[in-house]
Amino acid sequence: MELFTNQVLAGIATGAIYACMALAVVMIYQAIDQLNFAQGEMAMFSTFLAWQMIQWGVPFWGAFALTLVISFAGGVMIERLLFKPLANAPILTHVAGFIALFAILNSVAGLTWDFTIKQFPSPFGSAPFLGSQLISTHQAGMIAVTLVLLLALYFFFQFTRIGLAMRAAAAQPESARLVGINTSWMVALGWGMASAIGAIAGMMIAPVVFLEPNMMGGVLIYGFAAAVLGGLSSPFGAVIGGFLVGIFENLAGTYIPGVGNELKLPIALALIITVLVVKPNGLFGRSVVKRV
Amino acid sequence: MSALQDSVTRAPAVAAVPKGNIALGYLTSTMVVILLFAVPLFAKNFVIFQMTIWLIYAIAILALNILTGGSGQFSLGQSAFYALGAYTSAILMEHFGVNYVLTLPVAGALCFAFGFLFGLPALRLSGIYLALATFALATAMPQILKLGVFEHWTGGVQGLVVTKPDAPFGLPISQDVWLYYFTLVISIVIYVFAVNLLKSRTGRAMMAIRDNEIAASAMGVNVSLYKTLAFGISAGTTGVAGGLGAIAVQFVAPDGYTIQLAIALFLGMVVGGVGWLPGSLVGSAFIVFVPNLAEEVSKGLSGAVFGAILIVVIFLVPHGSRQVAYKIQDIVRKIRK
Repeated sequence: MELFTNQVLAGIATGAIYACMALAVVMIYQAIDQLNFAQGEMAMFSTFLAWQMIQWGVPFWGAFALTLVISFAGGVMIERLLFKPLANAPILTHVAGFIALFAILNSVAGLTWDFTIKQFPSPFGSAPFLGSQLISTHQAGMIAVTLVLLLALYFFFQFTRIGLAMRAAAAQPESARLVGINTSWMVALGWGMASAIGAIAGMMIAPVVFLEPNMMGGVLIYGFAAAVLGGLSSPFGAVIGGFLVGIFENLAGTYIPGVGNELKLPIALALIITVLVVKPNGLFGRSVVKRV
Repeated sequence: MSALQDSVTRAPAVAAVPKGNIALGYLTSTMVVILLFAVPLFAKNFVIFQMTIWLIYAIAILALNILTGGSGQFSLGQSAFYALGAYTSAILMEHFGVNYVLTLPVAGALCFAFGFLFGLPALRLSGIYLALATFALATAMPQILKLGVFEHWTGGVQGLVVTKPDAPFGLPISQDVWLYYFTLVISIVIYVFAVNLLKSRTGRAMMAIRDNEIAASAMGVNVSLYKTLAFGISAGTTGVAGGLGAIAVQFVAPDGYTIQLAIALFLGMVVGGVGWLPGSLVGSAFIVFVPNLAEEVSKGLSGAVFGAILIVVIFLVPHGSRQVAYKIQDIVRKIRK
């Protein structure tokens, strides 16, 4: 039983990483109705920017704030330059655009900061949290940041005019345009916010997985899985999905014989697909009614 | 966020391609085929080998095109079917001494069955959820191939070495040239099959599902049957491509069939034009030759160069080479008038 509790705790700790990433995924899905395959690389790039600033002697929280601003601007810029001109292109072409963005960011980061692993400082330290060996203060801090972020997003979408406008633009673009919402800028805003949230996720994850251009590959897959599991339309679901995926993964690794590190991912994905077959819109997603 | 039920009035994910426009005309097709047959007379062996790989990927892209362009389902799992086909051919040849020609139908049939069965649970999923499910399949496949249980057959991480077949009947051509012609003939057969399939009753049913699933089922199309059938046919065709790939490269290993292959095939389809079958050749050329080109431009930034080229292509022709072909067709018609 103790093994079980420990594994669940460890799962929650890794789950926080996925939850953070899933939140960014859902954010952009809300804005553009698609999964952004380059999300992880955008987060990686932001994290490298923060690292560079810390190297230059900027204090952690200063670098943190600056990175958020730059990432937000970067996200808006990517939308304006790359995806707005493609607004009328088929969805599959957009996906190809994401893949191109992925290749560019990865390659540029690799050339600028090379592929050696770098330490990223944690603002919370890495002592054991409340005497538990399984969760460090950093991981506890990360869970706290994720929850604060979730709460902030909830208030933003529920109680501000601009949040309402963004929801309207995502749900009913044409009607939203008719009542005077600038839907095109709402999409850009969504990109900016997703990019900033991704930056937060990246800076929280980097102390755990270490900083290098390919650090997000695995995390993004789990982040997608978490977002899909929770239901792509619900930030709350994404966070819960993140924790569930973390726990799944750890329990599968412990209890199913013959599952090493390599089979953890396929098993976690298989479980998620099983859930999806039963609940096609995810655990907390709303179903969409189609009109013929 | 809100519990509102909204209706989907947006355009379908895959733009409808008119039925008459999925292939080239007879004259153009014949010209392309003659050109392809003539190439080995002028090219070096290495170029011929690359062209064989190009044709093989074109078959795999064609298979994805049948699935996505035909029935509107999205798959990131094609690399899994490709791997299954490659391993089937390799194991049959190396462990059972089966002739390489005979391994291809087996690879195709096995992948068809596997794809059909995978299509059944996939029926419940669509769009992004289906993408995730097929993605899971693609990430799982290399790991499954590495499992100790199958090591005796698959050779584990090391993979299997496949012997390259000689030209039969004592023909005075090199192995590479023979393999090229062999691949070319199979490609033509598969292409003709695919064109006819999409023009048949089955193809019409699939396209009706692609354009509007609910309307199609209201008109009496058996949606589940045709969706799983599309998966099966696509997987089977990919399996044949995989088998050919194993014979041409003479080597199979789990790490040759990662998700990157599936992504490359997807890019090939987009660049070629979704739903336009001859585009598979263009798309395949893109994924085989452009990475080499990017590598030549800059070693360190090859990924960025590739990405930039890709962005330029989708900016200029968001519908892929299909758009170019239609444009040329229009111009030709105007000149004739």
